[in-house]
Amino acid sequence: MTAVPLEKDAVRGGMISVAGELALCDRRGALFFPDHGLLAVSDLHLEKGSSAARRGSLLPPYDTAATLACLKTVIDDFSPKIVVSLGDSFHDGEGSARMPELFRSRLAALMAGRDWFWVSGNHDPDPPAGIGGDSVREISVGSVLFRHEPSREAGEGEIAGHLHPCARIVQRGRSVRRRCFATDGSRVVMPAFGSYTGSLNVLDRAFAGLFRRDGFVAHMLGADRTYAIAGKRLLPG
Amino acid sequence: MTEQSRVQPQDGAALLPEPFLNWFARRGWAPRAHQIELLARAQAGKSVLLIAPTGAGKTLAGFLPALVDLANRPKRRPGEAHRGVHTLYISPLKALAVDIERNLGKPVAEIGLAISMETRTGDTPAHKRQRQKFSPPDILLTTPEQLALLIAAPDAKRFFSGLRYVVLDELHSLVTSKRGHLLSLGLARLRRYVPGLQAIGLSATVAEPDELRRWLVAQGLSSPLEGEVPPKAAVGVTSEGTAIRPSAAAATPSARYAGTSPSRGEEPMADLITVAGGAKPEISILDSEERVPWAGHSSRYAIPEIYEAIRKHRTTLLFVNTRSQAEMLFSELWRVNEDTLPIALHHGSLDVSQRRRVEKAMESGSLRAIVATSTLDLGIDWGDVDLVVHVGAPKGASRLAQRIGRANHRLDEPSKAILIPANRFEVLECRAAVEANYLGAQDTPPLADGALDVLAQHILGMACAEAFDADELYAEITSAAPYARLSRETFDRAVDFVATGGYALKSYERYAKIRQTRDGRWRISHPRFAQQYRLNVGTIVEAPYLTLRYARSGRGASRGGPVLGKIEEGFLESIAPGDTFLFAGKVLRLEGIRETEAFVSNAVGNDPRIPVYAGGKFPLSTYLAGEVRAMLADPARWKALPDQVSDWLRFQAEKSVLPRREDLLVETFPRGQRHYMVTYPFEGRLAHQTLGMLLTRRLDRAGARPLGFVATDYSIAVWALDDMGSLFKRGKPPLSTLFDEDMLGDDLEAWLAESWLLKRTFRNCALISGLIEKRHPGQEKSGRQVTVSADLIYDVLRTHEPDHLLLQATRADAATGLLDVSRLAEMLSRIRGRIVHKHLEHISPLAVPVMLEIGRERVAGEANETLLEEASLVEEAMGSG
Repeated sequence: MTAVPLEKDAVRGGMISVAGELALCDRRGALFFPDHGLLAVSDLHLEKGSSAARRGSLLPPYDTAATLACLKTVIDDFSPKIVVSLGDSFHDGEGSARMPELFRSRLAALMAGRDWFWVSGNHDPDPPAGIGGDSVREISVGSVLFRHEPSREAGEGEIAGHLHPCARIVQRGRSVRRRCFATDGSRVVMPAFGSYTGSLNVLDRAFAGLFRRDGFVAHMLGADRTYAIAGKRLLPG
Repeated sequence: MTEQSRVQPQDGAALLPEPFLNWFARRGWAPRAHQIELLARAQAGKSVLLIAPTGAGKTLAGFLPALVDLANRPKRRPGEAHRGVHTLYISPLKALAVDIERNLGKPVAEIGLAISMETRTGDTPAHKRQRQKFSPPDILLTTPEQLALLIAAPDAKRFFSGLRYVVLDELHSLVTSKRGHLLSLGLARLRRYVPGLQAIGLSATVAEPDELRRWLVAQGLSSPLEGEVPPKAAVGVTSEGTAIRPSAAAATPSARYAGTSPSRGEEPMADLITVAGGAKPEISILDSEERVPWAGHSSRYAIPEIYEAIRKHRTTLLFVNTRSQAEMLFSELWRVNEDTLPIALHHGSLDVSQRRRVEKAMESGSLRAIVATSTLDLGIDWGDVDLVVHVGAPKGASRLAQRIGRANHRLDEPSKAILIPANRFEVLECRAAVEANYLGAQDTPPLADGALDVLAQHILGMACAEAFDADELYAEITSAAPYARLSRETFDRAVDFVATGGYALKSYERYAKIRQTRDGRWRISHPRFAQQYRLNVGTIVEAPYLTLRYARSGRGASRGGPVLGKIEEGFLESIAPGDTFLFAGKVLRLEGIRETEAFVSNAVGNDPRIPVYAGGKFPLSTYLAGEVRAMLADPARWKALPDQVSDWLRFQAEKSVLPRREDLLVETFPRGQRHYMVTYPFEGRLAHQTLGMLLTRRLDRAGARPLGFVATDYSIAVWALDDMGSLFKRGKPPLSTLFDEDMLGDDLEAWLAESWLLKRTFRNCALISGLIEKRHPGQEKSGRQVTVSADLIYDVLRTHEPDHLLLQATRADAATGLLDVSRLAEMLSRIRGRIVHKHLEHISPLAVPVMLEIGRERVAGEANETLLEEASLVEEAMGSG
């Protein structure tokens, strides 16, 4: 039932199964559910640069452009029917209002012709102003549930973001750290997608109790594919 | 300043006030010629550079003009306003400022001078700093960072209104860094407040004294200021032993990368006084009974002989190039220390309290030996050292001279030093350094143009002090020698950067940090930016460190025991919990890392995984490299080398060839299943890393299927699946094409884009320029996911605005810093048409050292993807992925 060319080099990624649903971990940090034509991205943190500038840190004002450009390549590759932005889509409450017109129209072009859901996050609890799309607290599709913050209790089928996971390995005396999808087959914590978003090691306390120990895998983002690394090979820091 | 020669006072009597003469007489001393000379020139209103070896009474000479002036000053009447700082003393080290206060205090008291003297460093308590603001001492001893803070304060002009002299100690070490750039701008500001201000620079011998002389006085003025004189006024009090820079070392970086200085002979300069070194040091190279290793950096073979030398001397100072070598040497010495001689360890990563204990023990003479890294390089007086042992090659002739200067502060007695080469190439390098020392050759690096990130920091600081006019500030900044060639356009871009980030996309006008007001002057738009400036001032960016702490027994990474020191994050990243390593002379086991702390326990056994040799911080100097090449080419000079080394070279001549001094030898040979290319540029490890990276890219394009490379200070080895020698013979590609200078164009750009070295350089520039803020104690816990990492900013900026000021600053740093592109450029141009190719059937004797590094060194390269792939493949093979 999928019309998506999964063989295409551009979309090489790891297929995973979450609560029985098939999903593809894209190397750019998006999660695609072919059976639903649904693309999820998390923690875009749009307008993070201008948010820092307001506090006197004049970071290059190109983060929104970079994040949207990357999002465009993902959308072009998968042509999803549904896009879910999993919260913290804007870095602060005024982010959507502050976004320059140029980027508003670029975003509108990406949204055109598909269903678009803004899941509310801790950085953007209110619906974005004048952007369009539907704002929701959570949304369930098939057997999975999308929400911003991973819940401490029932996690079966939950797709969340918020924690910005990354993983680290040491191979041949060298350390490699990458953003990653963290999953144990029953839930997923997605990597942050935004170009100015930092990340937190999946072995940090913040992730404690979220995953079953056996079957825990980090899908680390590579230059042209993702790499599945077993939890026991990962290192803190 | 402890020693004064016993000559009769002559002209000194005319210049020195009575109490000074009496003091000299009471001590049975006479003022030295250079002390009187400096006093005379200072009294004539001149700025002066004094170049003198350790033990020549440099400090007293530097302060004498100030002391005499203060002694002649009428007493302050009750109720009269405070007079402000009379003399500012600036030193690169906090400890040095404290040291001077102690040593200068004694003569001041003995002469009976009513002069107040105080230090002001980062350690000075806030209440004392506050008090100094309204009741300043006559002489203020401080650091470049504190000066930057003082001149950025709103009351700076008043505070410095009474200033007469600035004394700059260890000037040779300050001027080569960004700290020096910041200091030069501070000095320019002081000169604006006090137009008649005189600078007195104290320096060790350098290759180009004129660079320092210009540094001390205002540049770029159509007519010299009063008190400045044309260059011919230079005097050598004694001419013997003055600095020379042999032609090979005089090569300046190619204009494209670092910019060569046009002749600035007409620029104003400070007067020069040179004091010749006393007795020549006695330097020997250990002629070991043992076999000198082919490769490596451990010098383990020489431990029994080093120990013997320690036993035979009163106090021995052992210098090494890196912390890990210090740890290794210290632990090896204790292994053979049957007499339990008090041998101590000192390096910058150790906990401060431990370092202070070692320093105290050293001062009191209770140590027999101390193993130290460059933390002890500068002029702290260590008393009774009668032997310096330099383990590993010194990397530079001037560096060696300065380190040997640590021993024996009596000018007329020779210092004694032993060099311990760690491998055979180092034997050649040590020999070249000894000969250079005998000739008095100097190879201090040429001064680079002032950095743009430092400029940006200073501009914000000046706006904090008072509103500035751009024309005036530009004139002031270009009067500082490092910025004398700064264009107005670049200056304006720097102002724009400080104001709104300097982006082509003008979206931050409303968040501007500094704004132009109606009178055309720039002022800060909010007081919090002044606060931000104060917290981020300075140019010392420390590599990220983790605190090393004992774990409470049996509980893994739990809250912990005592602190051992700090260790580079980069090192800890390459080891996993359970691995062992040497630190503070102990074998430690990593238990775990939590936030910014690494927890360790004492390991069982003596065989740690020794910290990787991260390469000396300093690459082999151009001068020594040239000398080593010359020595290789000239069999007549091999007589000075140990037999095992000259035999090695003869063998090379037989099996392959020894290149002439200006040639580049390239050898190719098969070994095992692979084909090797070894080449010998002798341009230092940093330039070689860059070259290795670029060569592998090109070989890959040529279809040679290269697999990796290693680089040492002397040579590079590349290995590949295809026979590179045959490819070169068939001209696919010709060697001249492979080594063409055009590799510094697109190939370099393409590699730089991804290089972590450049990202690290960018991070430093971003911190210094104020784009991102330093993290302060207590803030580290905010977590990685909320801070915007410099790497992410770099990626975005490079894509969207590749010509941004900060990227320009980053590239300029990379040219001379971690990538050493400028040196590579010189080398490629030197060897044009002079490449000698030897296609061999077997490995050559000269290639053995670098071939032994393969497997020992971490393979250079950036193939992180390959590592990830390996890690995931292991999973698949084991069926657990």
